[in-house]
Amino acid sequence: MSQIIGYRPEDAGQPPSLSPGYVSTVPRSPRLPLVKIPQGLTETTGPANAWSRLMGPSMADLTTQHAAMPQGQRIIVAGRVLDEQGRPVPNTVMEIWQANAAGRYIHKKDQWDAPLDPNFTGAGRVITDADGRYQFVTIRPGAYPWGNHHNAWRPAHIHLSLLGPAFATRLVTQMYFPDDPLIEIDPIANAVPPPYRQRLVSRFDIETTRPNWALGYLFDVVLRGPDATPPDTEHGEDDDHD
Amino acid sequence: MTEQVNPAPRQDNQDPGLFGQTPSQTVGPYFHYGLPWKGGADLVGDMDMGARADLFAPDHYMLGRPLVRTGVTGDLITIEGIVLDGAGQPVPDALIEIWQANAQGRYFDGVDNSGFIGFGRASTGDDGWYRFRTIRPGQIEAGQAPHIAIGVLGRGLIKRLSTRLYFADHAANAVDPVLALVPAERRDTLIARKVGAAWRFDIVLQGERETVFFDI
Repeated sequence: MSQIIGYRPEDAGQPPSLSPGYVSTVPRSPRLPLVKIPQGLTETTGPANAWSRLMGPSMADLTTQHAAMPQGQRIIVAGRVLDEQGRPVPNTVMEIWQANAAGRYIHKKDQWDAPLDPNFTGAGRVITDADGRYQFVTIRPGAYPWGNHHNAWRPAHIHLSLLGPAFATRLVTQMYFPDDPLIEIDPIANAVPPPYRQRLVSRFDIETTRPNWALGYLFDVVLRGPDATPPDTEHGEDDDHD
Repeated sequence: MTEQVNPAPRQDNQDPGLFGQTPSQTVGPYFHYGLPWKGGADLVGDMDMGARADLFAPDHYMLGRPLVRTGVTGDLITIEGIVLDGAGQPVPDALIEIWQANAQGRYFDGVDNSGFIGFGRASTGDDGWYRFRTIRPGQIEAGQAPHIAIGVLGRGLIKRLSTRLYFADHAANAVDPVLALVPAERRDTLIARKVGAAWRFDIVLQGERETVFFDI
C-alpha cells in the first residue's frame, strides 16, 4: 500500500457554515459537529486531466459567445492557481459564471428589473497552464439587490469554481473588485473573518490592462496544499516492499 | 519624523502578507447556467441528466456535454434522493457532486480510456430531488466498504459539505474504518437503501436525521 499524502486542514480564513448575517445559512447549515476522518484515496484523488472529456473545451472569452459584443465594460481577469506552499496547480479547470453589466443573471429565477443582454450569457471556463496561470475576458458585472434584508445589495462579483487535484481541494469562491463600497456591508463576503475577506478582492493591474481595449484585474486562487513533502518516489521504493 | 506618510493601501488578493487559502463562498441561486452540464449526472451513458436547461434560454446553454462513453463495465445503478433543509423543506437550488472508483475499485488516473471517469454533478429539481446513473463502485482495498464521496453545494451553503454514500447490502460496512468513526446512532444517514430500482440516499442538511458531514 502506498503512503497517502493528505491535504492541509482549513486555515483561519475559511468561513463557518453558519453565518447568520447570510440568512439562508440558518436553515441550511448542519447543527451537529462534522466528523473528522482521515484522508484516503477517496479524498486525495480526483478527475484530473479529464476536463475536456467531462465538460468540453475552454471558453476563455465571455464577450464573443453571441452575435455581437455585450453591453458593458470589457475586462481581463488573470492570475494563478497555487497551493498553500505557493506552487502552481497546472492543468486544472476554473469554471466561471456571473451577472451582466446591469447586475442581471440570465437565469429565469432572477426577476430583478434590470435589462438582460442577449449577447451575454456570463458562463466560461479556463484551464491553467504549466505555471498555474489563467486568463479570461469578460465584462465587469454590476451590483444587484437581493432579498436577504432591507435594501440589501450584492457587491459586483464573479463566481469561480475549482476542483483542483483531488476531492479534498474542491473550492467555489467569489471574486470582488477593488474599492467597491458594498463589500463592507455584504453578509456573504463578511462570512469570511477579517482580515481574510480581503483575499477575495482582486487588484487592478496596469500590466494586465491592454491599451485601448480592456482594464485588467489580478486574482490568484490558493487551494489546500499537501500536508507533507511527498516521499521521493524515485529512490524510496525499497521501503514500500513487504 | 514628522513627514506625512500615505495610509497603507487596503489589503487585497495580491498582498503577500495575506497569502493563504482562498476563502469559500456560496454558489448562490443562479449557478445553473454555469456549473451543471447536460449529462453531468449520467456517468455511464449519454442522457441529459444533471442540468437544469429549463432555467435559461437555449441560446444561453454554453456548457457542452461529455464525450460519448463506451465500454463502461460494471453493475449499472441509479442513485436518487431528496435534499431537505432544517425545516424539512426540499432544497430546489442545491448541486450534488459525486466522486467514485470504478467497478474494480480503482479511481480514474487521468489516462484510463474505458470511458468511466467517476465524477458526476447533478442539480436538484424544483422538488429537491437529484438523480445519478452510474456503476456500483468496487472495494478500494480490503477492509473498506465500497462508497461514493458526495459534495453538497447550494444557495445558503457558504462552503461545500462533504459526506459519503455506502450500500446497505455490503458486509464490509460492519468493518469500514470511516463508518466506525461515526456515532453508531447516526451511521444510518450514510447508508443508501434499495427502493424499487434505485438506491435511495436523502441528504438532510439540518435537524432530525441530519446527514453526517465530514471534516476531511
